[in-house]
Amino acid sequence: MGKTIAEKILSEHAKKEVKAGEIIISDIDLAFVQDGTGPLTVDQFNYLNFDDVKSKSLVFIDHASPSPRKELSNTQKKLRQFCKKSSAGLYDIGEGISHQIVAEKYAKPGDVIVGADSHSCTAGALGAFATGMGSTDIALAYGLGKVWLKVPETFKIILKGKLSKGVYAKDIILYFIGKIGADGATYKALEFDGDGIKNLSMESRLTISNMAVEAGAKVGIFPTDEITKEYLKSQGREKDYKEITADPDAKYEKTIEINLSEIEPQVSFPHTVDNTRNIKDAVGVKIDQVYIGTCTNGRIEDLRIVANILKNRKKSDDIRLIIAPASKDVYLQALKEGLINTFIKAGATILPPGCGPCVGVHAGVPADGEKVLSTQNRNFHGRAGNPNSEIYLSSPAVAAASAITGYITDPREVLE
Amino acid sequence: MLQGNVWKFGDNISTDHIAPGRYFHLRSNLKELAKHVLEDAREDFAKKVNSGDIIVGGKNFGLGSSREHAPRIIKVSGVSCVIAKSFARIFYRNSINIGLPVIELKEVDEINEGDILKVDTEKGIINNLTQNKEYKFIPFPKFINKILEIGGIDEYIKKYGNYGV
Repeated sequence: MGKTIAEKILSEHAKKEVKAGEIIISDIDLAFVQDGTGPLTVDQFNYLNFDDVKSKSLVFIDHASPSPRKELSNTQKKLRQFCKKSSAGLYDIGEGISHQIVAEKYAKPGDVIVGADSHSCTAGALGAFATGMGSTDIALAYGLGKVWLKVPETFKIILKGKLSKGVYAKDIILYFIGKIGADGATYKALEFDGDGIKNLSMESRLTISNMAVEAGAKVGIFPTDEITKEYLKSQGREKDYKEITADPDAKYEKTIEINLSEIEPQVSFPHTVDNTRNIKDAVGVKIDQVYIGTCTNGRIEDLRIVANILKNRKKSDDIRLIIAPASKDVYLQALKEGLINTFIKAGATILPPGCGPCVGVHAGVPADGEKVLSTQNRNFHGRAGNPNSEIYLSSPAVAAASAITGYITDPREVLE
Repeated sequence: MLQGNVWKFGDNISTDHIAPGRYFHLRSNLKELAKHVLEDAREDFAKKVNSGDIIVGGKNFGLGSSREHAPRIIKVSGVSCVIAKSFARIFYRNSINIGLPVIELKEVDEINEGDILKVDTEKGIINNLTQNKEYKFIPFPKFINKILEIGGIDEYIKKYGNYGV
């Protein structure tokens, strides 16, 4: 019987032939935490009397970065001390979001990657089995170099054709989640395939894999190809490439086909990610703040799309426009290309690389009754730090077009 | 055997409802954070919940963040178990890891707020003492039951030294 990508990667890491449904012990290639989940991981690591990390281990300070209050400064200090004492590597404030840095510098096709952050599934775009877990799980991954896992059943998502102008990867994944529901793929692996993936850059694939968890999935994996190879090469990691594909006779629980040419720009309405509608049903909603960034859409491709729309234009006086690059490298590239200039001239406030206002910790908490349009991945009640506000989700293009008008706008109206 | 008073919640209770991001700075003080447990789903819950009480949710309970603090503060607040139509994956895994029983039951709509439930996690039986009804659920696999019995995966690893799957 043939294997899915998830079964192949996990068989290699469990050092035996495994299939969906089995509970296994898997070796891991990388484990990481961030400043929200990391302090508890360190406590558990110490409680378990581990002396040092056994696998490649990283700590990212990206959520409250830089720290807005003393309690968080103290927990961040604890993370820095842990990294000094152990072999774990540290990415401190200003470096950027864990998932972006893992994609840029670490994730390899065929890896098993676990992170104490639900969007760790982002690295699936590079053909890795990458998934989010809790703090204790990562303390054990640090200390034992292994995790226990249930091998997931796989849904094969066949993407066909090409996106129309003004429609992007974010629209694909919002459309998919709207169709399948926020629990439509709970516990499952999503495997993206079809001729349509050839038209999706690595940055676009990262956006799609990032949101696999919003359909409940454990992982969202792409097979590797020339695009994977090119991306690794651009990061100076060509030697990390290896071919990862499913067997032709692999067994899937479900196969879903999506014709990319039929997708319109999408907007998720409050307060669930699967409350998705076509742009025409969202146009005209008055907004107070636009946020462009996060592990979903803070990459250079996203910032180029935004700059293309904002060039020689100004944001509406009625909104705040906040932009945060996903990593230091993205920030430097955006500076080099003049994108940051365009943003500032358009009236944007630039935040340091990091998670920004997405998780409601600092820098951009909305007021009572306000509406936020964001390129982030979640719009749960209270997510942005105020339960009396509402969050709409969209692509960077919709966000940029809406920043100009002050209400949700179809980007195709402003694209040249 | 667990017994307690039911608190009813609807579908899609997220980790942001359970442990709101605006209390991020309280995460290293679970007792303080627990004063806000489920605040964005029901403001007075933390004040009124009693030791042994049972949360009954709808579908996809615990969706969202990987924050283990969410099931931890439910446990710290004294809740003995969570019963829901379905759970989000990471919340489910975290709950087992910290020794909080999480039970999937498709008949949750029949259970009312304030009902008294008796739960036998080993046999997989829930008795609604108020309505005099009995429900069955699939008991946990041995590995999971062992983790729950011993009080969490940390205690399990301390005792056995490794995952014993």
